[in-house]
Amino acid sequence: MMQQNRITVATTWLDGCSGCHMSLLDIDDRLFLLAEKVDFVYSPLVDAKQLPESVDVGIIEGSVSTDEDLHKAIEFRKRCKFLISLGDCAVSGNVPSMRNLFKLDDVLDRAYRENVQVNPQIPRDGVPKLLEKVQPLHGVVDVDLFVQGCPPSAEVIWNVLSELVAGRTPDPTKLTRFGA
Amino acid sequence: MKGPGTASSVRVVTLKINDHDVSARESESILEVARENGIRIPSLCQMDGLSIAGACRLCMVELKGSSRLLAGCATRVAEGMEVLTNTERLRKYRRMIVELLLAERNHVCSVCVSNGRCELQDLAFECGVDHVRFPYRSAVYQVDASHDWYRVDHNRCVLCLRCVRVCDEIEGAHTWDAMGRGINCQVVTDLKRPWGESDSCTGCGKCVQICPTGALVKHGTSAGEMEKDVHFLPYLSRMRHWE
Repeated sequence: MMQQNRITVATTWLDGCSGCHMSLLDIDDRLFLLAEKVDFVYSPLVDAKQLPESVDVGIIEGSVSTDEDLHKAIEFRKRCKFLISLGDCAVSGNVPSMRNLFKLDDVLDRAYRENVQVNPQIPRDGVPKLLEKVQPLHGVVDVDLFVQGCPPSAEVIWNVLSELVAGRTPDPTKLTRFGA
Repeated sequence: MKGPGTASSVRVVTLKINDHDVSARESESILEVARENGIRIPSLCQMDGLSIAGACRLCMVELKGSSRLLAGCATRVAEGMEVLTNTERLRKYRRMIVELLLAERNHVCSVCVSNGRCELQDLAFECGVDHVRFPYRSAVYQVDASHDWYRVDHNRCVLCLRCVRVCDEIEGAHTWDAMGRGINCQVVTDLKRPWGESDSCTGCGKCVQICPTGALVKHGTSAGEMEKDVHFLPYLSRMRHWE
């Protein structure tokens, strides 16, 4: 998969807090080492606006909560040779999935009607449609590697990325866990 | 439960655990003997000082010559037994059990008061659960915070029944019990009255201390803050039962 010297990486965030991406930035000066080996071809952290047709490694943070999340997850799976589910929201649903205990209409009512004084209304234009149930990433597409943690620490993310760069399949199961 | 017998009444058996020869008193369980010999078998519902429940099935072991799996906590050692504790088959089932526990209720580790101090979390780590392959049930469970000091969050209960046993066997109050069968099973206080209205609860807090997860906790704890201490239990158990 990663015979060439440089590998291409695409990342995106679905329903999460972007903390996993912040944790990626927390590898600090090792970002320079990474930049020598990796091209970030699509990510909220870079300018590229189009997901290329073929990418070596896809990294997805956040759970699948909207039709847009679902679409992104499917596109990433199609175009990425190796797909990583990064962080507890992607791996287990985590906090976003806590709304699964309620009906979607009740959740929207609570947020946009019950507790609103001025012009209560459910937003529908220009926002993604919420799915009835929040799902972990592997609930909608096949995933090649799971990296738990809320967020996974910079050390764990560095371990995963440097293993990939070295052409090995990372195994973070002894480095992180749910809630870490 | 009895204290140790006199030397003449103790029968010793020899057996193999993972091809190591070990000797044990015949009254001991496979789990106890494994521990005495430094052999780790994952377990959850078993607790030194309480009766055996055999509820969680995590300590299952294989016996050579038998296709049945046996709960290590609930099976006594016997002469000539050949026990295997860590086969591929057992690892597969243990991982599945932990995954099913995580899928059954709503364990959201990151916001749990027991995050980082949770036996279920530790077991998931030990058994290599990097994700749950089964769909989460997302069933609605209640939180009862009516007690002055403690709270029960059924979203995080694994039905180990340690609370039921410690309340009955050590405190002698029997406030806790289990109601419902199968997937509807739930621990309850005083025939399912709110905990705060329980006449029998003494407020001793032993149930809270021995609960393996964030199901039974003290009020006023935030994520990761609920520290538990179970060291009182073997001592109290000895004092209660010594004759």
